[in-house]
Amino acid sequence: MAKMTDGTLPARATGAPKVAFFNDPKTRSLIFQGLALALLVFVIFTAVTNAVTNLRNQNIAGGFGFLDQTAGFGISQTPIPWSESMSYGRAFLIGLLNTLLVAIVGIFFATLLGFVVGVARLSPNWVISKIAYWYVEVIRNLPLLFQILFWYLAVLASMPAPRNSHSLFGLFFANQRGITVPRPIFEPGSGYIGIALILGIVAAFVVRSWAYKRQAATGEQFPVAASMVGLILGLPIVAYLVTGMPVSFDYAQQGRFNLTGGMTLIPEFVALTLALVAYTAAFIGEIVRAGIQAVSYGQTEAGRSLGLPEGRILNLIVVPQALRVIIPPLTSQYLNLAKNSSLAVGIGYPDMVSVGGTILNQTGQAIEIIAMWMGCYLTISIVTSIFMNWYNQRIALVER
Amino acid sequence: MQKCGVFRVKAPDDGALWVPAKDNKSTTNRVGKAATMKRIVSTLALGAALGFGATAALAQAPSTLRNIQNKGFVQCGVTQGLAGFSMPDSAGNWTGLDVDLCRAIAAAIFNDPTKVRFSPLSAKDRFTALQSGEVDLLSRNTTWTLQRDTSLGLNFAGINYYDGQGFMVRKSLNVKSARELSGASVCVQTGTTTELNVADFFRANNLKYEPVVFASADETIKAYDSGRCDVFTTDASGLYAERVKLAKPDDHVVLPEIISKEPLGPVVRHGDDQWLDVVKWVHFAMITAEELNITKANLDQMLQSTNPEVRRVLGVEGNGGEALGLTKDWVVRIVRHVGNYAEIFDRNVGPSTRLGISRGLNALWTKGGLQYAPPIR
Repeated sequence: MAKMTDGTLPARATGAPKVAFFNDPKTRSLIFQGLALALLVFVIFTAVTNAVTNLRNQNIAGGFGFLDQTAGFGISQTPIPWSESMSYGRAFLIGLLNTLLVAIVGIFFATLLGFVVGVARLSPNWVISKIAYWYVEVIRNLPLLFQILFWYLAVLASMPAPRNSHSLFGLFFANQRGITVPRPIFEPGSGYIGIALILGIVAAFVVRSWAYKRQAATGEQFPVAASMVGLILGLPIVAYLVTGMPVSFDYAQQGRFNLTGGMTLIPEFVALTLALVAYTAAFIGEIVRAGIQAVSYGQTEAGRSLGLPEGRILNLIVVPQALRVIIPPLTSQYLNLAKNSSLAVGIGYPDMVSVGGTILNQTGQAIEIIAMWMGCYLTISIVTSIFMNWYNQRIALVER
Repeated sequence: MQKCGVFRVKAPDDGALWVPAKDNKSTTNRVGKAATMKRIVSTLALGAALGFGATAALAQAPSTLRNIQNKGFVQCGVTQGLAGFSMPDSAGNWTGLDVDLCRAIAAAIFNDPTKVRFSPLSAKDRFTALQSGEVDLLSRNTTWTLQRDTSLGLNFAGINYYDGQGFMVRKSLNVKSARELSGASVCVQTGTTTELNVADFFRANNLKYEPVVFASADETIKAYDSGRCDVFTTDASGLYAERVKLAKPDDHVVLPEIISKEPLGPVVRHGDDQWLDVVKWVHFAMITAEELNITKANLDQMLQSTNPEVRRVLGVEGNGGEALGLTKDWVVRIVRHVGNYAEIFDRNVGPSTRLGISRGLNALWTKGGLQYAPPIR
């Protein structure tokens, strides 16, 4: 361009071409970005001042001071100790823990079931692949809230009243009020068992990494799986016996209304977990199928021509490459599951939304509670995302 | 020969900011369970509306009455269906004690009891809906408490039903008193004083319980019916109203204890005294009409009455109605279209209805009850 101006327009011979400042791409972009930013700031400012004015006009106290006040309501599932005389802040924390509990348990089982479904859809067995196909098509096309209600009513309807509980060895009970198991009571000295468990896990991974290195160097194999299981289970059992068996159990007894004692999984938790697992697994199944199909069939054939058994081909060739395709969409399914758990409010599971809603109603602090909800879900999602991105990078194809 | 500038303008993602304050669609027809998601969304929308929506109306023109006269109807927050208090009939018309209060207000303003639109609200959403200006008043069996009257920014306009909380259990459990309920599972609706009272009751009596908390009354009673809980608890009037929804109503019994005071009444926003006066005095007018024995049937005779009190109440003498911002004949309008308090009570919840509730505390003060209205003069 400079050449052209030099030759044809001697009047504007030197320097950069002169354009009006409003036609300059850089200036323009700055102006429009500035306008957009100003608009955004104005919108936020107006919203905040309006909210503050309205709240003041309506005599509604703002701020987070209400979190210290006594809550005064009961919660049906409390991972940490709770009584009605504790604060709103602790009630909200319990709601958050309940959300995390259902999200973690749900993600774990949805991943397992999803992989099974995904592999089953690719099965050469016609019956298995059709079952998996219909499972995916039916489950993922029904609204989740509907499924949660279905499972809740199904769980409640299939169970007997507490007085006629289904019982297994008199230790495990199932009835309309939930599934009750003996509750372990940890006496002094039981801390060593926990330490032994952690040591066992660490040792298991050390052994695994040593065995891999040794195999890479010498080609000698080591029974990795068996020794890992042995370390993780064996060390705590040894610690349990050495410290004089400091764990006893509280067994459930038939009370007047319900079973008393033991540990109970409430039916709301069971129903919500079942629904979330079934629903998310249908999506994960499709992701897994897509991931496996994305690995060129030539890879499998190459493995076969090297004489590798089918299991090894899957483990060493197909899955590692499929994972690269699977992990990113899998992350969004995990995030969906965590967020979908807020539908718990429909069946009375005391998650963050349910408990927070109660607090909102009792205190009227709508803006604060909604901000807390958003902050918590955002944090959960971002942490999940960061972890999955880290894992994705770890398994990414290393090019040599 | 000039390259076009690339517009790298980032639009603010403000899709969620401008939620209309009076989003009627989000709250009507919310019957049944599929609406739970909608309700969550609506809670958020209401929260947002509190911040962004109803600002102009509140900041500049706080006159709810003038606003209602301009738009031509009263927007009334009611329950999602509580027999006798607010429930749509088979034709979709709302009926009930609380509904009739809204109709009476519409009658007093417009001389037409049909100029009301109803927003069914869950216990949890009701206050936010009122605060954000989505409804003009709540007539939704709401208990008057200090905290709601003050820190929620609301005002209670009176008590149109004196109630108390009770318990319902299955007859087969053989429970005779609420004090025998230790270890029971209790189904309760969230966002209610009920939820707090039941916690207080069990704590005060050193009893254990498992609360199972649901977002709507319907979900609560269904969970109780399916056996999730031993006990269903709500206001005594609600127990009788909800019992008719059970599969076998006769298998259930209401325990004798009343564990709390539940004065139920209409609620308006704090800061609009004129509108508070209108709601308050429409309620008082219905009680006064009962006291003076002015009914739908004898209204025309009463207009000829020589009794100065009747003449004043009916606006034949004096101008009390105009002082309220209404017309002289406001009480005439209320009684002609809706009736006095006794007529409303008997029609909706009285002994001749399915609920069969006797007047009890809700009888006039002259008949041993608590309903008492300041003089209209």
